[in-house]
Amino acid sequence: MDYLLAAFAWLADSSHWTGRSGIPNRLLQHLAVTSVVVSIAAVIALPIGILIGHTHRGSGVVGAIVGAARSIPTLGLLTLFGLGLGIGLRAPILALVVLAMPSLLAGAYAGIETVKPEVTDAARAIGLSEWQIVSRVEIPLSAPVIIGGIRSATLQVVSTATLAAYIADAGLGRFLFTGLKTRDYAQMVGGAIMVITLALILELILAGIQRLARRISHPQLLTTTMKRN
Amino acid sequence: MLKKLSIVMSVIVLAGVSALTGCTSNPDPSKPTIVIGSQGYYSSEIIAEIYAQALEKAGYAVDRQFRIGPREVYLPEIEAGRIDLFPEYSGPLLQYWQPGTTARLGDDVYAQLQQATPPGLRVLDQSAATDQDSYVVTQAFANQWGLVAVSDLAKVTTPLILGASSNALDRPNGPNGLLSVYGIEVGFTPIEDSGGPLTVKALKDGDIQLAIIYTANPSITANNLITLEDNKGLFLASHIVPLASDNVDEQAASIINAVSAAMGPGDLIGMNARSVNDQLPAQTIARDWLTEKGLI
Repeated sequence: MDYLLAAFAWLADSSHWTGRSGIPNRLLQHLAVTSVVVSIAAVIALPIGILIGHTHRGSGVVGAIVGAARSIPTLGLLTLFGLGLGIGLRAPILALVVLAMPSLLAGAYAGIETVKPEVTDAARAIGLSEWQIVSRVEIPLSAPVIIGGIRSATLQVVSTATLAAYIADAGLGRFLFTGLKTRDYAQMVGGAIMVITLALILELILAGIQRLARRISHPQLLTTTMKRN
Repeated sequence: MLKKLSIVMSVIVLAGVSALTGCTSNPDPSKPTIVIGSQGYYSSEIIAEIYAQALEKAGYAVDRQFRIGPREVYLPEIEAGRIDLFPEYSGPLLQYWQPGTTARLGDDVYAQLQQATPPGLRVLDQSAATDQDSYVVTQAFANQWGLVAVSDLAKVTTPLILGASSNALDRPNGPNGLLSVYGIEVGFTPIEDSGGPLTVKALKDGDIQLAIIYTANPSITANNLITLEDNKGLFLASHIVPLASDNVDEQAASIINAVSAAMGPGDLIGMNARSVNDQLPAQTIARDWLTEKGLI
């Protein structure tokens, strides 16, 4: 309890809110790392997931890879990449991309796969090309699940991005490492509170977007629930 | 089926227990159980394991609590009486209790350390083996600027960046100490692997120019790194010294003192190299060394 109070006192101290290693700058670095990582991972994982979901091929193999990838310890991977790439942000970004991929991949292929065959067959029957089926039928219908994947990937990355500070002078993880190693536990807990707050805000935003997507892609579900009420 | 499984399980457990206790004689119930700790540093674990095996040989029961993080974490545990024996480093330990100490040489540090040790604890004889923080640079960088001692860093006209764990930020060996003792200003890049392979890689890549690496780290010679001479005494002499509680009785203390007497600086570097280069476990390294010295 004392640590928590000390942490809030640390957060309230205005001198911790300015300069290169101030909270706003660390927060921005943390957000930048998170968005770069999720973007890179999305560009790689979403097309693969959508392709698998559409063709119904390779989902077993991908399921196995996704399951295995989830068990890779990110700190170990970070050290491994660091030995090849040196210190700085490259190794942490790469390790976090590996962390983010499974959720994105799973969200994409599971979402597309759940679109009923009658729907895609009907689309095919009225003359839509395969690309049009994917872009106009499957992606819009599965958008809530795909966004769910992005949401869980973002949550994992934003909380694990603290590890970037292991070999780079960046992100909210700096407060955790410095606090831990210099016995400044107020700083450590203060940094952790910032990470939690950031994770919750991102979670709320993405949950809102997910709900919006559900409302657009499945309006009938919404109207039936409304009628019931 | 279940019965078979339980037999297998108990065999595994028994094998584990006997592996832990090693080939030693049964513990003597009249002797106290000694809790031995070590830092989260492989070299500290090797020394702690040497203490453990030497005591077990004499019939003491030993409870190993190894790899307990940095001094800031474990010393309060020792002071609270939860750990009985710990391989320590004389200079940094003295600086923990007396941050303003002016002692630098081995014997002065040890004498002051005996004074500074709180009641209920004592330091046993210090060993000739040392392992201390040092500033290292690459051979190429040393040649380029003609660096031999830390004060030579004043000749460097390009920006200097020091790479080390975050604890250097508030310890006297970090950027603050360099500025106050040597008047040399350096930037700081945190690398949290305590002078490990990532730090060495950053030095070789030129991402940092200066790193804090322990003198007994075999990677210094393996990578042709140059240790800068601490000519103004920023670092304290750092001999291996056992920190013991009152639970360590006279017989146990004399066993540990015999270990310290037998251990020279070369022994430590040699054992560290076996850990880093050959990836041998602390148990094996400790047993081989004790056997070689005729201590078990």
